[in-house]
Amino acid sequence: MDGKGSGAGMDCHDCVISIEDMSFRYEGVDVFEGFNFRVLQRDFVGVAGSNGAGKTTLLKLIVGLLKPQKGRILLFGRPVQEFRDWERIGYVPQRLALNPLFPATVREVVRSGLFSRKKMFRRLTAEDHRKCEEAMQALGIADLADRRIGKLSGGQQQRVFLARSLVNNPDLLILDEPMNGIDAETQEAFFHMLNHLHQRHNITFLMVSHDIDLLRTHLGGEPKMRFGKLNFYIRHSHELEDCGEENLTHTLRDWRGRREPQARAH
Amino acid sequence: MDIFAFEFFQRALAGGLLIGFMAPLVGMFVVLRRLSMIGDTLAHVSIAGVALGFLTGAYPLMIGLLFAILAAFAIEKLRRAFRSYAELSIAVLLSFGIALASVLFTLGRGFNMNVTEYLFGSILTLSAGDLGLVAAVTAAVALFVLVLYKELFLLTFDEDAAGVGGLPARGLNIALTVTTALVVSVAIKIVGALLVSALLTIPVACSLAVGKGFRQTMWIAVLYAEAAVAAGLTVSGIWNLAPGGTIVLLLIALLLATLSIKRGFKI
Repeated sequence: MDGKGSGAGMDCHDCVISIEDMSFRYEGVDVFEGFNFRVLQRDFVGVAGSNGAGKTTLLKLIVGLLKPQKGRILLFGRPVQEFRDWERIGYVPQRLALNPLFPATVREVVRSGLFSRKKMFRRLTAEDHRKCEEAMQALGIADLADRRIGKLSGGQQQRVFLARSLVNNPDLLILDEPMNGIDAETQEAFFHMLNHLHQRHNITFLMVSHDIDLLRTHLGGEPKMRFGKLNFYIRHSHELEDCGEENLTHTLRDWRGRREPQARAH
Repeated sequence: MDIFAFEFFQRALAGGLLIGFMAPLVGMFVVLRRLSMIGDTLAHVSIAGVALGFLTGAYPLMIGLLFAILAAFAIEKLRRAFRSYAELSIAVLLSFGIALASVLFTLGRGFNMNVTEYLFGSILTLSAGDLGLVAAVTAAVALFVLVLYKELFLLTFDEDAAGVGGLPARGLNIALTVTTALVVSVAIKIVGALLVSALLTIPVACSLAVGKGFRQTMWIAVLYAEAAVAAGLTVSGIWNLAPGGTIVLLLIALLLATLSIKRGFKI
């Protein structure tokens, strides 16, 4: 479970994200200048920084919602602008951005993980629906499927968003402040769940958080890199490929099976 | 109740029910994206188009529709110009619309009669041509919402996730605003420019109090709107009240009833 050294500089895996000499100015302020960064396959990258340090901006640049003035960003080896395989990326948003009165059931939210560009003008198939049900079961939210998402607890909402991000079996999972507004115990359980996925599957993680202690605890000691006010923690995982299960949600179900007595206690 | 025998009333009822169907469909996205005021803005610009239509002898409803679509694009443009004050673009256009309308209306004093007709609605004067236009717009709006339901849902629920999924957020936003413009410009005929946003927003406000899921809430909103339109038109026909005002008052009564029943059950 220990980190086996920095992901940067090791070329045993493909580049999932690579940022080359990027500069980005926003409203006259240089947010990034000459920024270089690589995320390799199976890295767990935590980006810590206070508010306004540029965490969310970085995420938006990586997924192409913002365009850098200089340099380039590659996703799975392709420039973001030409990147089309969006279903390879799972995204867990800031939970606090959720309007608590928004009328959407848990099932509707989990299903929305499938609504990428490739599914436009297309109906969901029976297979798609099955994937959603499986993801909900794996994360223990199947019995909440018809509840309004705003009525759930913070931890439950977080599971809903994780389930949504996993329905496509993504290769890259991006998490934006996933621990905000969740009590310490639930945070711990959530991180364990992520660790479990990280060890057993070919998923690369990119998580931003203002909580430096949290990332330090889970991703190990010193940041591998600093840029401005941002600290980058990286843990790489080599164990794996022997998971046997291709399907993410199956692993999580096993994992939950082992933990269930504990989970029931809260 | 012999008013149902009159052709003009049948046309009004048909037109009203069509608008009652499409307004909440679009209203659902408008309200949840915190753009409730957009209906008012589009309506006020549309009124300027109607005035121009009268002035030039063109079909007023059609010119109003074109103006509303132009306004939809202008809102998107202005919204980018005033990034952090999105509501400013709405305020500017709303004033522009009503200012232009008032100037145009006074330019051609001859048609003063029609001003109230478009400010407060005149569904009872709906012509066969008007009804055809309403039907065509309803079909277009229903098709748009049904075909892009998934994408519109995600855009409304979580715009960033829509972006990460590679959805063309900007294009969808513009399409949604243009669709709203279509709905508003034909709904003007029934409730009038001053009340048009009521049809977009109040049914949704009602159903938000009862619905659980998105799809369910959307259809409940349609039910509320249709009930208010049918009852409102009938009541106003029998007692000779203003149809638009009656429908909106009924909607507000429904909203209050829904909220108090819900509260009653909770306590």
